[in-house]
Amino acid sequence: MGLLSSTSSVTRYQVEGKFEKSVLESVEYGLKRYTFKEVDDDISEKIVGWTSFDNPFNPNFEGHAFSIGTYLVFSMRIDKKAIPSKLIKKYYTLEEAKLLAKSGRQYLSREEKKSVKDEVINFLSSRIPATPYVYDLIWNYEKSTLWFFSNMRAANEELEILFSNSFKLILVRLFPYTTADLAVNLSQAERDTLLKLSPTKFME
Amino acid sequence: MLDLAVAYNRYKFLGYEFLTWLWFIVEQNQDIIGSLEEEPASLAVGDLIILKNKLDNNEAETVTIKGDDADLEEAKLALRKGAVVTELNLTYYSDDYQWRFTIKGESLNITGIHLPATGSAESKEDIEGVVIEKAFLYEKSFNLIDALFKQFINIRITSRWENSVVPLIKKWLHL
Repeated sequence: MGLLSSTSSVTRYQVEGKFEKSVLESVEYGLKRYTFKEVDDDISEKIVGWTSFDNPFNPNFEGHAFSIGTYLVFSMRIDKKAIPSKLIKKYYTLEEAKLLAKSGRQYLSREEKKSVKDEVINFLSSRIPATPYVYDLIWNYEKSTLWFFSNMRAANEELEILFSNSFKLILVRLFPYTTADLAVNLSQAERDTLLKLSPTKFME
Repeated sequence: MLDLAVAYNRYKFLGYEFLTWLWFIVEQNQDIIGSLEEEPASLAVGDLIILKNKLDNNEAETVTIKGDDADLEEAKLALRKGAVVTELNLTYYSDDYQWRFTIKGESLNITGIHLPATGSAESKEDIEGVVIEKAFLYEKSFNLIDALFKQFINIRITSRWENSVVPLIKKWLHL
């Protein structure tokens, strides 16, 4: 459900802060520094980075290809490995049995169990391919607005961290309070009133 | 500004009340919507309203009204019993174009947004054109939502809310 899909979900942000140098150069620098990198045989459960919105499996930010009209358009890619718990249990049980047979003991210590489990997870992680998830975004630098094409909490949290690391700017999610505070141009007295509001009862 | 996590939870009721007010003006005062747009525009309640009611045992009851011929009276009854509107699906008409989307009250997230038809993207040049066209269409619907939310907040922080708007909403709920 991305930018070009027929149906999308959008989380809106206000971008706090401005670049001191050229916008396009600064964005290109941040995107290249945190470009999504494919790693063969990587055991990480999750890899996050920026990618091109029109070519998510071969990112290219040369020539400011992310600049379209007055917008900056690119995507965040998250590759995640999901190892089924039953698979972990199977390999753990086999490995545990081997170790017990070898040592002649009946039980493993807590530390040994943890170590076996970590080894199993690392072993399986290196063999199971990660599933790619791509999330598009449109950033209007002049208006300090950003639309992220996902409402998934985990993806939004990854975006906020990656964006801050890449561009040294802060994303403020626009929910009722922040929209009222940032987008409605309230006076200080009106802000104070807003803070004191409590829910209305429409009931009989 | 308040801590954002605290502010999110403490003031999510503003989002629920915004959706209730929005539903009210859609049914009772379309002039507000028309006054925000240069072209002839209107809003209609779509095929989904979700309400939530906190029960005495602190559990929540969810009422989902779904479908093209949904009976909105059931939703009004839930509101009269103390429920809040957590999601509202709307259809926005401007000129000959039509948008459909759902607004979530607590986050103001937009889900399932369906824009008017745009050109298809077959080459790189096409993609740029389609992106600009889609961005314009997204922005148009967001601008309307923002203008309506601004109007709501500007009423909500004054005595006009309690003295004038809430009695009208209660009257509408009992029609």
